[in-house]
Amino acid sequence: MTQETETIIIGGGLIGAFTAYFLAREGHPVTVLEKGFVGAQSSGANFGNLRLQGRDPRQYPLSLRAQAIWEAFETIAGESFEYDRTGHLYIARNEKELAKLEHHAEIARQHGLDIEMLATAALTQRFPYLATDTLAATFCGRDATANPRLATPVVMRAALRLGARIVEHCEALSTVYTGSRFEVETAQGRFMSKTLVNAAGAWGGAIAAHFGEPVPVFSAGPPQFVTEPFPHVIRPSMQMVNGSVIFRQIPRGNVIVAGYPRTASEADGNRTFVPPGKTLAGMEALGAIVPLLRDAHVIRVWSGVEGYLPDMRPVIGPSRTQDGLFHAFACCGHGFQIAPGIGAVLGELIRTGQTNTPIDAYDIARFRDQVPDSEKFIQEFDNRAIIPAAR
Amino acid sequence: MRQILIIGAGPAGMSAAMALAEAGIRPIVIDENTLAGGQGFRQTNPDIDLDADAIYGREYGRYRDLHSRFRSCLDKIDHRSSTLVWAIHDRKAHTFNDKGFSEIAFDGLILAPGATDRLMPLPGWTLPGVFSLGAAQVALKDQGCFIGRRIVFAGSSPLLLLAALQYHKLGARQLCVLDTTPLHHKLRAAPGLLNSGRTFLQGLSYLWALKKRGVPIHNGVELREIEGQDRVTAIRFCDASGTEHRLTCDAVALGYGLRAETQLAELAGADFRFDHRLRQWLPRVDENGRAGDCLYIAGDGAATGGAYAAIASGTLAATALLGELGMSQAGKNGAHLQTQVGKLRRFQHHLATAFRWPHETAQTLPGHTIVCRCENVTADDIRTAATQAFGPVELNRMKAITRCGMGRCQGRFCSAALAEITAAACGKPIDAVGRLRAQAPVKPVPISTTETALR
Repeated sequence: MTQETETIIIGGGLIGAFTAYFLAREGHPVTVLEKGFVGAQSSGANFGNLRLQGRDPRQYPLSLRAQAIWEAFETIAGESFEYDRTGHLYIARNEKELAKLEHHAEIARQHGLDIEMLATAALTQRFPYLATDTLAATFCGRDATANPRLATPVVMRAALRLGARIVEHCEALSTVYTGSRFEVETAQGRFMSKTLVNAAGAWGGAIAAHFGEPVPVFSAGPPQFVTEPFPHVIRPSMQMVNGSVIFRQIPRGNVIVAGYPRTASEADGNRTFVPPGKTLAGMEALGAIVPLLRDAHVIRVWSGVEGYLPDMRPVIGPSRTQDGLFHAFACCGHGFQIAPGIGAVLGELIRTGQTNTPIDAYDIARFRDQVPDSEKFIQEFDNRAIIPAAR
Repeated sequence: MRQILIIGAGPAGMSAAMALAEAGIRPIVIDENTLAGGQGFRQTNPDIDLDADAIYGREYGRYRDLHSRFRSCLDKIDHRSSTLVWAIHDRKAHTFNDKGFSEIAFDGLILAPGATDRLMPLPGWTLPGVFSLGAAQVALKDQGCFIGRRIVFAGSSPLLLLAALQYHKLGARQLCVLDTTPLHHKLRAAPGLLNSGRTFLQGLSYLWALKKRGVPIHNGVELREIEGQDRVTAIRFCDASGTEHRLTCDAVALGYGLRAETQLAELAGADFRFDHRLRQWLPRVDENGRAGDCLYIAGDGAATGGAYAAIASGTLAATALLGELGMSQAGKNGAHLQTQVGKLRRFQHHLATAFRWPHETAQTLPGHTIVCRCENVTADDIRTAATQAFGPVELNRMKAITRCGMGRCQGRFCSAALAEITAAACGKPIDAVGRLRAQAPVKPVPISTTETALR
């Protein structure tokens, strides 16, 4: 088989999958190179939230575009990834958190979302298993969840049916631009293309640096755990505004739980351990907000290897140093929801050179200057001092 | 004073603790059980009038001796029973018991987690009335009851014979042993087994005693199905000549040798190797049981060896750890103990021939057979997933896609069969499909330890 194609995508995660899908759908020859199994890193290990509430205001156009694709994609693919329009509840316990909720709600409404504000009485009537010491919550019915373990393989199969080529166990050992094309060396031979997409997630920094645009990306993951299954009573996914606990119950009955602070990955970058103390803190926070869960057993913890940047914004868009190179990596723990939008946008940029979805905030050029730590970054990481520095 | 922590108070953990106590070191020994002894030398429940002499037979002397020596050392050992180590991280063990969650920092760690039965599923194995062989022995020694009245001990393991004999001695009468390994395999293994002398004779004595007591033993059977609606009513099997039989019973004890408990070793940082003769992944240890910096693994958790190997390997690990920590000279008995442990573990390799893990059964397992009993995943679910585009060909991916091994037991009971079915479905060698990664908690822990959780 010829190893020459129009576009090579490095990284077989969800962004690589959707980019391949949108290119292949338009008949554009595309090859995905994945160093391991498709969807096995952060695409498959994340919490699975398709939440529209509380996003960075600049992200709404991309995020809404992505949600529309999520809503249609099981039908398109003819397979389930357990997409479920569960709605999402943001819960405040004090006035300061409530102010934050109101601010989020205002922005979401400006983008056409229907946000319900629920005071304690309405909240506990509708969700009687919640603790009564809450102050208020916002609910968005368009927020949803999906099973991250299943999603990437489903999208990859859809891309495959449209003619995309996907090669697993094919690590990009070196990537160069020869003046006329990109050449990617792998253990399975040399792959060549006119266009290259860097969708390498937490590993995307090396490719960017090679093309002269280094970014201070580092690997980390959230502490997550799952309980044993019990009858399905908790319907929306739920989140404390302070980030102490985010949880959802899947139809199988297990409650999946995540929370901050996140943890830096191991030095080899291939694994993120979950410190037991963080698990215990999450358990306590969960038991406090849903007292009936105090009897449930935790059966497993896990995390993932996600790429983070100090401004907690991904890198998306064309390279500023190399024509034909596009970046989409380091999604800072919120890549799952926007992945279809990124795939659609990159598909347009590669084929036509333009897109109507604003992505300026994600331009890699912002790292030419020192980027200050964002408030979100400071809130969501506890031991920033040990975070390795590209910084 | 540096802290040495021993996890597990079976023969390996007990002997390690006693060696440390003798050296003037006070170790902490944590164990999930209320009484020391582990599985093989589990203490009979003191609240029930049980004839331990009858249960342990020829082993009774050694059993009594181990327990009385341990009891006499208890003032020099910090023995914390009924306590689970649910995580190890950053040289701390995280524990849970009825007082709640706690943590213990250590300088040296000896893991003695033991093993559980390796199980090959068959249709009906999830029916009430089907037990693992170990559970059948726990019922006897700890609860003082039989798992049924008409009991079939099925699988392939010398422990089938031992358990059947223990049951018979305590009065169970309608018993039968169905061993899937053909007799000629046992004969082929005999020369190797003979080298071990005592242990082999012990095995033969079980066989002889069962024959004398009139307990039927069938070798080379093929187990077909455990029948029943709400609970076990019969087992169907083919004998060595191919004739099908249906045996009425109300309980089945299943076991195909032992599967090392390795999650704690993995969390503590041990490397793993595939043992082709035992056909399982085991922590990589040296001749003293050393698996890493001040990390040792003793007993069946390192490699199946039985209680005597466990006792010797516990002493060996304790002595080597003291040397590593600079707390004593190298042990005087080191070489002798290494020889002993090596010999007993080699014996298990021959046993693995005499009592074979029938791995090829996984290929022909009927599609509707439940493999993962926690998540109700069938053999066909696994095979179907493996044949999809981007279908999983590695166990952690298989788990992610099918949920096999994702439930309460986290694959402790299904992973051996999952590996065999995956390997067969992908046409890969067994060691190429990997092994399920361990994560905390090693066993389930409750969200909260306040009254609601404990009641």
